[in-house]
Amino acid sequence: EMEGENEVKLHGMWASTYSKRVELALRVKGIPYEYIEEDLRNKSPLLLQYNSVYKKVPVLVHNGKPITESYIILEYIDETWQNGPRLLPQDPYQRAQIRFWASFIQQQLFGSFYKLISSNGEEQEKAVEEVFEKMNVLEKGMKELLPEGVPEVDGNNFGVLDILVTATFGPYKAHEEVFGLKVLDPEKYPLLFSWVQKLNEIPLVKGVLPPHDKLVALLQFIKQNDLKPSS
Amino acid sequence: MAEVKLHGALPSPFVYRVIWALKLKGVPYEFVSEDLSNKSALLLKYNPVHKKIPVLVHGGKPVCESMVILEYIEETWPHNPSLMPNNPYDRAHARFWIKFAEDKGVAIWKMFRSTGQELQNTMKEALEMLQTVEEHGLGDKKFFNGDNIGLVDLAFGPIVYWLQVIEDVVGVKLFESHKFPHLHAWIENFKQIPVIEENLPNQDELLVALKLRREQLMASA
Repeated sequence: EMEGENEVKLHGMWASTYSKRVELALRVKGIPYEYIEEDLRNKSPLLLQYNSVYKKVPVLVHNGKPITESYIILEYIDETWQNGPRLLPQDPYQRAQIRFWASFIQQQLFGSFYKLISSNGEEQEKAVEEVFEKMNVLEKGMKELLPEGVPEVDGNNFGVLDILVTATFGPYKAHEEVFGLKVLDPEKYPLLFSWVQKLNEIPLVKGVLPPHDKLVALLQFIKQNDLKPSS
Repeated sequence: MAEVKLHGALPSPFVYRVIWALKLKGVPYEFVSEDLSNKSALLLKYNPVHKKIPVLVHGGKPVCESMVILEYIEETWPHNPSLMPNNPYDRAHARFWIKFAEDKGVAIWKMFRSTGQELQNTMKEALEMLQTVEEHGLGDKKFFNGDNIGLVDLAFGPIVYWLQVIEDVVGVKLFESHKFPHLHAWIENFKQIPVIEENLPNQDELLVALKLRREQLMASA
């Protein structure tokens, strides 16, 4: 094997939900990679060069060529490494549905999470309502997309939606502890809740998600210092 | 072949993206005109999440969100002209710019809706967006993926074409040819593609429609 052939590096950050998405995908596919931890307050020159437009993590570097934006990286990984479990279905209609929901999670759901953690008082109360609304829409959408309920997931059956749900909700206990708000309510969102329980049992997931106490400490720090999450 | 319908309302810039993609691919379709002040039960059924147009309905199955629709069209009708690159790396690159158009292109619409300080802010955002595309996205290529038109061009097409009209409506000047020579050359090339040329809203009519819309927005603010 030539030096540099199929060399995969991931510039990430241990608490970043976007970074975790890529780690999950690489591990599901069994792709060996070098992980580079970025200090977001002191970004490496390499990161700034690879992602000159946004200067953010994650960045996947494959044989020296950078790919940015976590969802785009997932599709890139699926298209480039075609052996191992498929992350996306082949059928264009099913792919369109997954892309629709990936976009919803990114723009609508994360948008409302962001408003929630960066607002106070009355504005925050409105933000809470919005989060619950979006969660409702997601729960309903997933029910329709998965009429037989959540399929069996394991290290070999793990798709893009599983990756997104894991990275977003996997650490829900840490979020609840710090923000004092039960977002992943089993009574309101039974499908999402049971899905997350299943996902969190998988060794692959346990090996990737940030350690609970460490994440709580970071989130407390961000909250107390009124900082805004940067990735 | 299963029936293709496009639910839309003209002159929505997002609907035009889909029209261009369908016509470039030569896919026959029926256009279903929606009254946005009185949305049809069918539209609400097809797009319960956003209740917006465009919605592509293929064999009775709805696809929503203009850029999701465009990738669906490319994958369902992969024949020429190919609107996405062949290899995964270039595709990832194209998707990056499509996402950029989606995330940052909104500055144009925000500009249209704002006045005073907010207008100054959105103008700044729009300028930054244009500068990034000019330098990093387009460079000196004819189209975003090289010599031929693709999904990235369809993503930016309405943003730039509408900007040219919005500037007049709002009374500002951002998109100057000496500042954005590549983008200026690009939009001229884009408009000359036969399918695009034949399916563009007339800029004078658009100006009148948008002036009216802006007056309505300002009055209700």
